[in-house]
Amino acid sequence: MKQRIRIGCAAGFSGDRLEPALILTQYGQLDYLVLECLAERTIALAQKRKRHDPTQGYDPLLERRMEGLLPLLLANKVRLITNMGAANPLAAAEKIAAIARRLGLSVTVAVLTGDDVFDQLSGDETALETGQPLRASGPLLSANAYLGTDAILPALATDAQIIITGRVADPSLFVAPLVHTFGWSLTDWDQLGQATVIGHLMECAGQLTGGYFADPGLDRKDVPDMAKLGHPFVDVTADGMAVFGKVTGTGGRLSLATAKEQLLYEVMDPSQYITPDVVADFTQVRLTETGPDQISATGGRGNSRPDTLKVSVGYDGGFIGEGEISYAGANALGRAQLAGSIMQERLQDRFSDLRIDYIGSTSVHRTNFNQPPDPYEIRLRVAGRATTAQQAAQVGEEVEALYTNGPAGGGGARKYVHEVVGIVSTLLDRSRVNPQITLITA
Amino acid sequence: MSIKLYDIAHSRAGDKGNTLTLSLIPYDPADYPLLRDRVTAEVVQTHLQAIVAGPITRYELPNLPALHFVCQRALTGGVTTSLTMDTHGKTLSYALLELFIDD
Repeated sequence: MKQRIRIGCAAGFSGDRLEPALILTQYGQLDYLVLECLAERTIALAQKRKRHDPTQGYDPLLERRMEGLLPLLLANKVRLITNMGAANPLAAAEKIAAIARRLGLSVTVAVLTGDDVFDQLSGDETALETGQPLRASGPLLSANAYLGTDAILPALATDAQIIITGRVADPSLFVAPLVHTFGWSLTDWDQLGQATVIGHLMECAGQLTGGYFADPGLDRKDVPDMAKLGHPFVDVTADGMAVFGKVTGTGGRLSLATAKEQLLYEVMDPSQYITPDVVADFTQVRLTETGPDQISATGGRGNSRPDTLKVSVGYDGGFIGEGEISYAGANALGRAQLAGSIMQERLQDRFSDLRIDYIGSTSVHRTNFNQPPDPYEIRLRVAGRATTAQQAAQVGEEVEALYTNGPAGGGGARKYVHEVVGIVSTLLDRSRVNPQITLITA
Repeated sequence: MSIKLYDIAHSRAGDKGNTLTLSLIPYDPADYPLLRDRVTAEVVQTHLQAIVAGPITRYELPNLPALHFVCQRALTGGVTTSLTMDTHGKTLSYALLELFIDD
């Protein structure tokens, strides 16, 4: 049995950069590479693409990523674990096989399915967020259970070089290869808690290595060479000890400060971080700087896993229409506010849910904490919710009409219509979820 | 003397549905007791009253050291359906750091 493995993570969301994955695979001396590419609503959007075309519904960047990565993965004997399957992992695997054939490579892809539980829900289940039945949120589009390590392990037991999944818990993408390698028990809760700490620190890729940390002009928040930001790897030994690093020569910074921010990122109660594998306890975690751009983590603990799996349910949320226009120079805010009040009056009868923002003043914090609002330029933004795209478009049309029907000196009007996919969640008994592995070879 | 959180601590915002999470991490661990004593859930609730509609729960992590705030009903309906630009509330870490406390 191996006494130490190295896992890299080179994507923390579906649109992440490709370059760190290439560098980690070629120079990182990895055993495993993880690409985490599924946000809450990504899979519901993918489900819509799949309905339109049954060969679609996987990560939109899958093809571009795999064309570059596949030769490097095979040459360096790095196994890839990724949730790029999104709503259609089988089609994703077929696509990877087709890319391999085109490149003259042979590969085995293990596909994990069973997370799609749409057919098992009636819509009467209670949404955790609203306390109402799921169907009350809107027409349901998708339902995917968060699968865990126990579902991924059979894929790792095959000789597949690529393991592709749909919805799985992000940390489980890392916990699974650790359990597979070291033979940890799936009821050793403290070990799984520590493994989940490792997975949680890694799952956002560049967010551990100085991405989303820099604040220029402050020594303590400086991040060198950000344009070449490298993504992290972790060395884990059979006792669960973890040392995080990044490839020498890449940009970024891996420090106690960056690791602390990531450890608490998106965590609710740090003593009860719930995954399908374990209820992890982060409160006893100790982070230590063990070298330049090197951090160790110990002390993750855990309690027994929940009996239910969380299910992420997508619903049709209608449309949002937006319009924007800029004002600059003397009294820019005053003119923008006049334009905002005109928009309120012209649109309020048609839109029950309308929002008016002053970009450059109060648009993202909804306040400016009483600092003098005297910006040189201001951009007015109007947004309204609608049931049809045509109705949503009226917001931008009205903003555009401010050119000849609004205050002086407005310019740069833009208009947008977005389709909204809402997300609610519910819980499903584990016994109703049946994960399956399919092998596809090229 | 009054000091701004920005000058002694850093923060990252996270989201789960309509809930906002904010870490608060002192640059110098020696400042942790000051943060723990001054930056209570009540103080943050008042400071973020324009942003957070629901209750705020504070967690203490003396090992790191860090504080962690979980703010309910803070994202104008939730990540996927909100009409705001920053639907995730990602910029809101810097709203917390605008808070002034007594030294």
